[in-house]
Amino acid sequence: MLAVEGLTVEFPGRRGVLRAVEDVGLSVAPGEIHGLVGESGAGKSTIAAAITGLLPEPGRVAAGAIRLGETDLLALPPAARHAARGKRISMIFQDPQTSLNPLMTIEAQLVETILAHEPDLGDRAARARAAALLAETGIRDAERRMAAYPHQFSGGMRQRVAIALALCTRPELVVADEPTTALDVAVQSQVLALIRRLVDERGLGMVLITHDIGVIAQVTDRVTVLRHGRVVEAGPTGAVLGRPQAAYTRSLMASVPRLERRLDRFPLVAIDGAPAIVRPDAADAAERWLRAHRDATAAPPAAEALAVEGLRVAFDGPRRGLFRKGEPIRAVTDVSLALPRGSVLGLVGESGSGKSTLAKAIMGLVQPTGGTMRHDGAMLPPGRSRPRSHPARRAIQMVFQDPYSSLNARRRIGAILAEPLALYRIEPDAEARDRLARAMLALVGLPEDAAERYPHQFSGGQRQRIAIARALLARPDVLVCDEPTSALDVSIQAQVLNLLKDLQERFALSILFISHDLAVVRQMADRIAVMKDGRLVEAGESEAFFAGPRAEYSRTLLALTPSLALLEGAAAAAPSPAETAAVREM
Amino acid sequence: MIPFVARRLVQSLFVMLAVAALAFALFRFVGDPVSQMTGVETAPEDMERLRVELGLTDPVPVQFARFVGDLVTLDFGYSYRTRQPVGAMIAERIPATLELGFVALLISLVVGVPGGVYAALKPRSPATQALLIGTLIGVSVPTFVIGILLIFLFGVQLGWLPTFGRGSTVEIGPWRTSLLTVDGWRALILPAITLGLYQLTLTLRLVRAEMMEVMRTDHIRFALARGLPLTSIHYRHALGNTLVPVVTIVALQFGGVIAFSIVTESVFQWPGLGLLFLESIRFVDIPVMAVYLVLIGFVFVAINLLVDLLYAAIDPRIRVTGAA
Repeated sequence: MLAVEGLTVEFPGRRGVLRAVEDVGLSVAPGEIHGLVGESGAGKSTIAAAITGLLPEPGRVAAGAIRLGETDLLALPPAARHAARGKRISMIFQDPQTSLNPLMTIEAQLVETILAHEPDLGDRAARARAAALLAETGIRDAERRMAAYPHQFSGGMRQRVAIALALCTRPELVVADEPTTALDVAVQSQVLALIRRLVDERGLGMVLITHDIGVIAQVTDRVTVLRHGRVVEAGPTGAVLGRPQAAYTRSLMASVPRLERRLDRFPLVAIDGAPAIVRPDAADAAERWLRAHRDATAAPPAAEALAVEGLRVAFDGPRRGLFRKGEPIRAVTDVSLALPRGSVLGLVGESGSGKSTLAKAIMGLVQPTGGTMRHDGAMLPPGRSRPRSHPARRAIQMVFQDPYSSLNARRRIGAILAEPLALYRIEPDAEARDRLARAMLALVGLPEDAAERYPHQFSGGQRQRIAIARALLARPDVLVCDEPTSALDVSIQAQVLNLLKDLQERFALSILFISHDLAVVRQMADRIAVMKDGRLVEAGESEAFFAGPRAEYSRTLLALTPSLALLEGAAAAAPSPAETAAVREM
Repeated sequence: MIPFVARRLVQSLFVMLAVAALAFALFRFVGDPVSQMTGVETAPEDMERLRVELGLTDPVPVQFARFVGDLVTLDFGYSYRTRQPVGAMIAERIPATLELGFVALLISLVVGVPGGVYAALKPRSPATQALLIGTLIGVSVPTFVIGILLIFLFGVQLGWLPTFGRGSTVEIGPWRTSLLTVDGWRALILPAITLGLYQLTLTLRLVRAEMMEVMRTDHIRFALARGLPLTSIHYRHALGNTLVPVVTIVALQFGGVIAFSIVTESVFQWPGLGLLFLESIRFVDIPVMAVYLVLIGFVFVAINLLVDLLYAAIDPRIRVTGAA
């Protein structure tokens, strides 16, 4: 039905022409979901934009053909191309928070779209179809609820509305660009099931773009693996994921955290003969410095690096009236947790479960309404009453989720890294601070001259390394990592997780590792705690938890996490020893 | 919604009290009203009697309370200069300023909004470049220069339009309008353009910047991908989402237009509030100045309240009441 042949997309720029996509071919049959998978910069979204004819300026299709049925899409004049959008090809976007017009009701958006393509249908019939479609995508009481505005729906519901909007014109082909990336696992699995059902029932063709191999394994029929704008490998999903031929596919598969088993380290496969990073001598200096501190401080008495007892955090709710305060929003309710010294505690939960609020309370960034927190057995003053000079402000450090916003864009890396040394009065000499900052960069696997550059000159994974280096320079004994890898590509995630594991083992750090992704947590954590709606659902040893979680909620969560288990039988996806080639960085 | 408005009203009350306090301070610090009212030959005893009669010997808080009470009951006192009631003087001048302000606002919106949309959608077209350069001139040349240039060109050289005054007016009850006669409109055009030009350029540039931002958002790309008609995408989906910041700036600017039409009114000898204020300053006519101050404060407070209500009308996320 859809046939893309030899597609090449170029972006002419000041420094010559950038080829975002080169010689890509793919085909989609009715009732088939074709997955496009790859890491950032692979050209997935550019291919989607080329198919829908919405390439951002100054992009242009330089070569190739895109045919939908008998129509050559590239030959259509702009007006006809625009008319084909919605009518024949539609699209689903990643973030349901932003893909609906916030100022119009769901009904108005649906009816407008239907009438734009079938003006003869009439208002009443269009509304009936809108309601029927919403009901079909799983929105109960659709007749009444479609009078609501997008902000009155949850994320998953909004994505259902977006799917209804994409289908309301009865297109032949739908391009879905990361349709479930912004959703929680439970919702993700529902939305994927819905997509699969609609494709089967309506005989739609779908191009599904994702970075998540779990999603590919769960719903697609065929898959094309892309890298740097080129096709690496393509074929039926089972065959490609089960018996990957290309080295890149194998390395990608190896980097995916598995829910079923815990790896000591992710094997990092050398691709294109990239040289293994040689660990510079400077790293040893940083390591000695970190160790010296460890030895100097005699082992503290408490077995628990961090202990939280009955912690409660509540925020003011929206006001009910002029003199009535709203119901407080309870973000964290009676949570008790312990982080044993030198171990990793994985904290799991869906968005809104209160895990980040808990982290912020521990860091002293939000004011808890009740409960106690201890660090090394000593009471931690809560929130505002913890002075800036309190020793825990140094000893507990945080690595944030988004490395794009957690580093000050206007300061050089060297200055960012030297700050904790000066702030906590660890190193009075400016030159020594600079030396240490550079040594620490070497320790986290970055070149030393990175100190002279600015954050925007680094990739996401490199920035996260910088954030880790910054935390380490405070010589912490507890590290709080809030979703440290969820903004990163899988291969980069594998590297950062390996780095964290190395550092944790070598310096006996205690880490509170927060994530929504059970597969990632399994790789990292010795103990696991599950949160839901601000409450602790379950806590226990990691391996026992994955063998058989006690709480019903944990079981559901485990069952819904996309898994590659179905492919395990097919063949060894693990790379051969020769390829693994000791690329362990550091 | 109602508690929200109630809270804003209470806040507005405090703002008005603060403005009243400032206006009241004028009486105390800008010269001695009694020596303003009397001549050199007035006997000191008479001056003292006048002081007592006017209540100037009372404690300051009592005087302030009386001042606020008078304002609330719309008793604005008498002008030192003309000996007329200040309320009547202002009521006589208000229509001229309001009409000038509204027509200026209308011009700025009718040209600024579509101009901004066009500039955002066709960033490379020569017309856009011309618009942007034009608006740059609009913001950088002072109002009085523009006024004088317009008078020189259309009034003196071409002789098409009158250069001062309101032309012929019609009285509807207490309201003297120039909007109902051709002559009145002819007199209105030049001052309105002069006054509206700055706001026009601001509106145009703001709409352009916001539009370009909104056109990059996901929901507009989704609307494009659904093949909605382009006019609907541009004017219904995109323009709607630019309105909140645009309304804020335009409304606050409008307050400024009413308040500071002084320059334009003086260039065109437009018999409005601004001109009255200028004359009052010249003669240290404190009661008129004080009431003018309070009135302008009131205009700003009212516009702010209106803006808040407009937000709720534009954006459903602001009128939060229950989930669907």
